[in-house]
Amino acid sequence: MPFGVKQDTSTFALVDGNNFYVSCERVFNPALEGKPVVVLSNNDGCAVARSAEVKALGVKMGTPWFQMQDLARKHGIIALSSNYTLYADMSNRMMSLLRQFSPRQEIYSIDECFLGLEGFNRDLTAYGQEIRQQVRQWIGLPVCVGIGPSKTLAKLANHIAKKGPEWNGVCDLGAMPEAERDRLMASIEVGEVWGVGKRLREQLAAIHIHTVLALKQADTALIRRRFSVVLERTVLELRGISCLGLEEIAPNKQQIVCSRSFGQPVLHLAELSEAVSSYATRAAEKLRRQSSAAGAIHVYITTSPFREKDPQYGQGITIPLPESADDTSRLVRAAQWGLKRIYRPGYRYAKAGVMLMELGPAGSRQQALFSDEGAENRSARLMQVLDGINRKMGKDTLFLASSGIVKGWGMKQGNRSPCYTTVWGELAEVSG
Amino acid sequence: MAIMTQSTRGGARPGAGRKPSPDPSTTIRVPGSQKAAVLDFVRQRQAGLRIPSGMEIFAFAEHPPRRQFPLMSHAVRAGFPSPADDYVEKRIDLNEELIQHREATFFLRVKGQSMVDAGIDDGDELIVDRAIKPEHGRIVIAAVDGELTVKRFFQRDGVVKLIAENPKYPDIEFKEGQEMLIWGVVTRIIKSV
Repeated sequence: MPFGVKQDTSTFALVDGNNFYVSCERVFNPALEGKPVVVLSNNDGCAVARSAEVKALGVKMGTPWFQMQDLARKHGIIALSSNYTLYADMSNRMMSLLRQFSPRQEIYSIDECFLGLEGFNRDLTAYGQEIRQQVRQWIGLPVCVGIGPSKTLAKLANHIAKKGPEWNGVCDLGAMPEAERDRLMASIEVGEVWGVGKRLREQLAAIHIHTVLALKQADTALIRRRFSVVLERTVLELRGISCLGLEEIAPNKQQIVCSRSFGQPVLHLAELSEAVSSYATRAAEKLRRQSSAAGAIHVYITTSPFREKDPQYGQGITIPLPESADDTSRLVRAAQWGLKRIYRPGYRYAKAGVMLMELGPAGSRQQALFSDEGAENRSARLMQVLDGINRKMGKDTLFLASSGIVKGWGMKQGNRSPCYTTVWGELAEVSG
Repeated sequence: MAIMTQSTRGGARPGAGRKPSPDPSTTIRVPGSQKAAVLDFVRQRQAGLRIPSGMEIFAFAEHPPRRQFPLMSHAVRAGFPSPADDYVEKRIDLNEELIQHREATFFLRVKGQSMVDAGIDDGDELIVDRAIKPEHGRIVIAAVDGELTVKRFFQRDGVVKLIAENPKYPDIEFKEGQEMLIWGVVTRIIKSV
């Protein structure tokens, strides 16, 4: 067998939230139920989540808000700023509840996870319904469940369950006869297969593979030769041969990025410097949370390509660190030093970002030739205290003054809902 | 050209060679590929140049750091463990006591007077458990006309209604086919005193 596949029958479920961000908002604001709702990206730029009503109006994912103004006025579309604090908490609740349905779980994204269901000697469609109903009841979120003998088939089953109301939210491709499975696959466009993006779809069309079924029946040797081993594996997965196992422990990130667009254009170095310092701080927190240290830091700034009349400039710089570090103040200093090298006056900057690279475990870092071990320990202790206080008292209770206090460059969040579940002062109100 | 005999060349000459130094030198080994970088680095240091921040070099510890330890002024008695040691328990945790289903529990804040006779006042916080089945007589959160409201749940003889616990407020009755969503069941009231 290719890829050392075990022949034991595997069974996977993919549980995926429907319009996840919109659904989170509706839990605490039932007035949004049945109305067309979009959630906008950072800075209220474009649609990152659409309710079923908005999808029905033909609004595509990623549509800029200004392009749907007319439609919004005509149909009363409600636009909300994204409230990632709320979505993250609701996601944690959902994942924790789903863990009770299987000892094996892979959290795949904020709103979807795989569950291992092999050896569950029971009607899996009924089990899927149980999962669906309990997530709806306990947390208030609608989900769909796709089940299949491989992860790729579970994903496809989820897509089928989402699109066809006759499935009532649960589709088990493993339980149906091959002929029926093929009939379904013949009706689905190949771009819906997990891992087949826009470019791959075009290339497949060139060799007359348009449907999922056509890909499933394609010659594996040809697929490997013309495309890749990865796509060959997809073909096998579509045939029900599981090649991808559950990744139960999320691997530590190899890079940590923190970048945002500014609420308004930024001209001056001082403000840019605050933003960069604040992004580096956020990235350093993530770094320490996974117990890593960074060997290099990359800083970039850019003007907005959408403001066509503005002169355009964008530049980035990578700063290798003499010793890998996880200390906020050291990373911030390096980032600011880099920023000064790439900053040019006279441009209206729209975005800046910080990326931590060459990550390694924090304990085993290479000591520089001239280093002061005492300082090392002091910094580790300081960071522990910093993270501890910020965890307990709320984000940014303690921060480096270089991040700025007013933050004029901060995000536009015109219509953000309260942090109903994480801030005591912002609890949802209930009329008594 | 003078003719020199062998005896005038070679041999020790007094005063020749490296002068004795108060700071004797020593040899260090560095990777060949890094030689230039190390030399450059040492020169920069000698010149007192500052390396860009973020790559700052920490000073050599010229005097090793000293640490002081307090002297015990009293004897430490060993062998008498505290008689309470066996009884140490974790302190009471309200999250554990008051929350039955972690994932399904939410806090909400009351606005209004319609439940005062049930002890729920304006500004109180409620602990709401969505995992508990709403039963006749329990205080629930319901979604009515796009709004969350707290009322007592009545379900008897085919009649479903939400009862206000304040005579000044009307009950909310539901007719056949009308939709009502019970959001969760109230388990505790939190009051400021």
